[in-house]
Amino acid sequence: MLLSTRDLTKTFPGTKALDAVNFDLKAGEVHALLGENGAGKSTLVKCLTGAYRRDSGDILFDGRPVFPQSTLEAQAIGIGTVYQEVNLLPNLTVAENLTLGHQPRRFGMIRPRAMQALAEEMLQGYGIDIDVRRQLDSCSVAVQQIVAIARAVHLSGRVLILDEPTASLDAREVAMLFDVVRGLRDRGLGIIFISHFLDQVFEISDRLTVLRNGRHIATHPVADLDRMQLITAMLSHELQHTTSHRLQRSADTSGDAIRFTGVGRRGRIAPFDLTVRPGEVIGMAGLLRSGRTESAEVLFGAVSSDSGTVTDARGAVDLHNPRSAIAAGFGFAPEDRKTDGIVAELTVRENIILALQARQGWARPIRYAEQLRIADDYIARLDIRTPDAEKPVGLLSGGNQQKVILARWLATHPRFLILDEPTRGIDIGAHAEILRLIEEVVARGMSILVISSELDELVAVSHRVIVVRDRTHVAELTGADVDSDRILRAIADPHASAEVAA
Amino acid sequence: MMKRTLMASVGALSLCAAAASAQTTVGFSQIGSESGWRAAETTVTMQEAETRGITLQFSDAQQRQENQIAALRSFIAQGVDAILVSPVVATGWDSVLEEAAEAEIPVVLLDRMVDSSPDLYLTAVGSDLVHEGRVAGEWLVEAVAGEPCRVVELQGTTGSSPAIDRKAGFEEGIAGADNIEIVRSQTGDFTRAQGKTVMEAFLQAENGGADICALYAHNDDMAVGAIQAIKEAGLVPGEDILVVSIDAVPDIFQALAAGEANATVELTPNMAGPAFDALAAYFADGTMPEKFIQTESRLFTQADDPQGEYDRHKDLGY
Amino acid sequence: MTAARKLLRRIAPQLITLVAVILLVSLYYPDFYKVVLVNDRLVGIPIDVLKRCAPVALLAIGMTLVIATRGIDLSVGTVMAICGAAAAWSIDQGYGLWGALAIAGAAGLVCGVWNGILVAVLGIQPIVATLILMVAGRGIAQLITNGTILTFDSDAFSYLGSGTLIGVPVPTVIWILTGIAVGLLVRRTALGLLIEAIGVNLRASTLAGINSKVLLIAVYVASGLCAAMAGIIATADIRGADANNAGLWLELDAILAVVIGGNSPLGGRFSIVASLLGALIIQTINTGILLAGFPSEFNLVIKAVLVIVILVLQSPRLMLLQDPVHLPFLRKRAAPTPPAEVRK
Repeated sequence: MLLSTRDLTKTFPGTKALDAVNFDLKAGEVHALLGENGAGKSTLVKCLTGAYRRDSGDILFDGRPVFPQSTLEAQAIGIGTVYQEVNLLPNLTVAENLTLGHQPRRFGMIRPRAMQALAEEMLQGYGIDIDVRRQLDSCSVAVQQIVAIARAVHLSGRVLILDEPTASLDAREVAMLFDVVRGLRDRGLGIIFISHFLDQVFEISDRLTVLRNGRHIATHPVADLDRMQLITAMLSHELQHTTSHRLQRSADTSGDAIRFTGVGRRGRIAPFDLTVRPGEVIGMAGLLRSGRTESAEVLFGAVSSDSGTVTDARGAVDLHNPRSAIAAGFGFAPEDRKTDGIVAELTVRENIILALQARQGWARPIRYAEQLRIADDYIARLDIRTPDAEKPVGLLSGGNQQKVILARWLATHPRFLILDEPTRGIDIGAHAEILRLIEEVVARGMSILVISSELDELVAVSHRVIVVRDRTHVAELTGADVDSDRILRAIADPHASAEVAA
Repeated sequence: MMKRTLMASVGALSLCAAAASAQTTVGFSQIGSESGWRAAETTVTMQEAETRGITLQFSDAQQRQENQIAALRSFIAQGVDAILVSPVVATGWDSVLEEAAEAEIPVVLLDRMVDSSPDLYLTAVGSDLVHEGRVAGEWLVEAVAGEPCRVVELQGTTGSSPAIDRKAGFEEGIAGADNIEIVRSQTGDFTRAQGKTVMEAFLQAENGGADICALYAHNDDMAVGAIQAIKEAGLVPGEDILVVSIDAVPDIFQALAAGEANATVELTPNMAGPAFDALAAYFADGTMPEKFIQTESRLFTQADDPQGEYDRHKDLGY
Repeated sequence: MTAARKLLRRIAPQLITLVAVILLVSLYYPDFYKVVLVNDRLVGIPIDVLKRCAPVALLAIGMTLVIATRGIDLSVGTVMAICGAAAAWSIDQGYGLWGALAIAGAAGLVCGVWNGILVAVLGIQPIVATLILMVAGRGIAQLITNGTILTFDSDAFSYLGSGTLIGVPVPTVIWILTGIAVGLLVRRTALGLLIEAIGVNLRASTLAGINSKVLLIAVYVASGLCAAMAGIIATADIRGADANNAGLWLELDAILAVVIGGNSPLGGRFSIVASLLGALIIQTINTGILLAGFPSEFNLVIKAVLVIVILVLQSPRLMLLQDPVHLPFLRKRAAPTPPAEVRK
């Protein structure tokens, strides 16, 4: 065994994050680590990399007990980690990032040529062809990931932990990354792979281990397991709320529709038309940076439109900034929860009432008792897992943070809610609850626009799906046409889209 | 430019002739106008030049040495007959002073010294800070006439040479008098606000001021602030607590006139007068002045027509 | 937990620090606590502290709001000088008390709007934006006073600096009332929450519909107005506007007061009461140094040492003063402190 844990235990006040976990990693395998948020994946990784100190149990590396006290020590032992958010220095060059801390020197001075040569050598076999003198942030996220991997492999060399490496990559980039991972596996590295994307787990992994509530549930070769069995292992409850549920396709066509005509923003999204009817779920599909999020920003006034008109039954709708959009009854849960969504230091209660309070204005504060009532109401309705409404929202898990943001918008009773990747990076339980919630509010007449990379999810919830490519709305699928294959074709093939649109 | 350089050399050659004529030109590089006293010095220098029929080229360096050096070079290029300079810092003057010496233009330092060789300038005019403190101390010895006297002292900015020298001078002045004792001494940063704040604390600490017999302040501004503190504590400044300070700015003359202050020692803004006198003697027959010309540290009391002095001082730019 | 209890818990470290500093000073000056009534005015060291801390306390009120938005206002000391000069000039020109107050207040308002627009509209980093006025503003003040101490004769105006109201110095009354007014304004309305929200996450707050530009300008205006009040008090106190020295370096004391008050320089949660306690702590140290009778060369060293000790004791790593275990009277139950590392 390359790396093992024996009875690894870690306790935080109130919870056992890891409860006597046994885990084995062989050399030359990709081993997926699965579980809902809070199952203990991150804690296990942090114990392995020295970020946390374990309470009891052993970590064995090549059969010998090791006691990493920091990520640097873990690296020296042979354990390297690459996180979802690449933690390199974006304003340095690729070569500098690769060689930082061990640049070739002569008389204390860095030798640029030797540094470049070393960097190029380090990138050999990763199948990417880039100028190592480029600044890191001028490279795509995938290339940055690979640079981070190359650095980690160079420094540690035996075990590589990939924590949600694919979360912000598109399909082509994922394929590129997986080629690299397979290459490393064939060189004999042990790779721990953490992801919420089950397809990817099945594609890349040799074995998988499921954790739940801090306990080891099962370890299997991937070939022995199907999707259903895996999800059952991950969830403590039954599977009734997974993505298989199909929405009734009966949007109200008679009511008060919001009509966007020719809105767009030069350089971000080409002018498009959109009619949003009450009780309708509109899906929006497309690759990352294809214009999906840009469309949402224009619809919400986060980026004001430089063309077109917006009207409803009462006349023109003013959307020049988020404030006016909110006044018009719009809401927007953005893709990047951390930077655009939550206000981390504030409590769950304050986050939930924030949009409502902003709409009322500063001079009309919502009374504390009323705030608490609203917060507690949504905590119960959305099953937000928090000890109470006064916990800082930054301390909640990703799925619960997402629910808090949904609660923030639901509290304003919007007529049109835009959800950008509402289920990204959250566990399956929260995932299902959010989809159920969409059905529930739509049934009461709210309109929703969902942007998602998960096509099955879009198919499951949407009345119609808009496909975006190259900053243009290229296709709209309705009724029986809404299926994953058609959406995929529209995203991928420029000719197919014309066909579908026609 | 060529023409100017040419004129400069001609000017340098005909130095004595120029000095003899009425149209003497003197360049004056002033530090800036950071304090009322500095502004008054500028005013008085201009007045002194005018009464002597000297053409004054004035340059304000705005606290920057590079501006001063540039001004000096420009004076040299213009071929002025002499240069007055109040150096903003003490070091870094050698090369430009050498250039002036080469052009045979005498340089007089006003009120501050430089670290260069004394050969590079004609003379320096300034006051003796220690002497000022001594005059204030001697006045107090005479004023209390042997009665026991507890003195509080408001120092200037900690570490500045006026603060160090005026403290030392005052201590020299009272050295012989065992009846006089400095009981508290703190910095008031030369400002009116700090003078008042610190004096309030002194009054608190000394039994509401009843135990204080006299105040010695390193400058008049602090004394003016302290006088307000004394009044607000219900005491009469000038009677319950004697007030002696240094500088002789217009506001202290008002206080003297109102009987709220007792004495001030003048730091004269007229540094240029002695400088012009020394230059005139030098141009007339080559008399070399002393390397340091000390200005008079005149003592003003309530008996010295403070209202009249106020009227004479108030328009000098303090 | 009731609101009062919550507040007490929040300001406990500052209260303890203040008591400790007072005890320390009274070691050197046992008469510290003596307050007597002389000529219908209270006289004593505590009264002196309460009066002398007025400028820093006022600046700290505005600075707390600015820092809560993840900003900083370096210009407040200079704005004090400008507003003081404007007030003295107005008195000198015969505009009277109210005219002087209006003109000085307007000067503070204009300075605040200027800073606010640079930060909120042009997106300049606050430290750079306010540095502009900090450096250039003193020149403006000197232009108003012609580089001299502009003295005036107005008992009505001087009353603001050295008068008393039922025995209490007027500056004390002004800063306490301002503190209460601003405290109520931000906590009885939603302003406090909205300011904290934009301080923690400007983008998320804007997307939640908060009018962050206007709010940002408003906090810089509040800071400018507080600086105007401080400048008026400083000018009235010495019956003259000293453009060179009024408010010099006070922006740093104000920032220090906010930090000693336990407010994060990274924005977010703020407490005006705690900042005011910070100002009191600083002033107690200043006055204590004057009373203790050490040579003045030691002033800055003593102050620096005390400030370092206070900040180290309050630092998140030590949390000595924050740990409820040390404050049994505030503790509801023996709850362990949350770990520094938070489980994801």
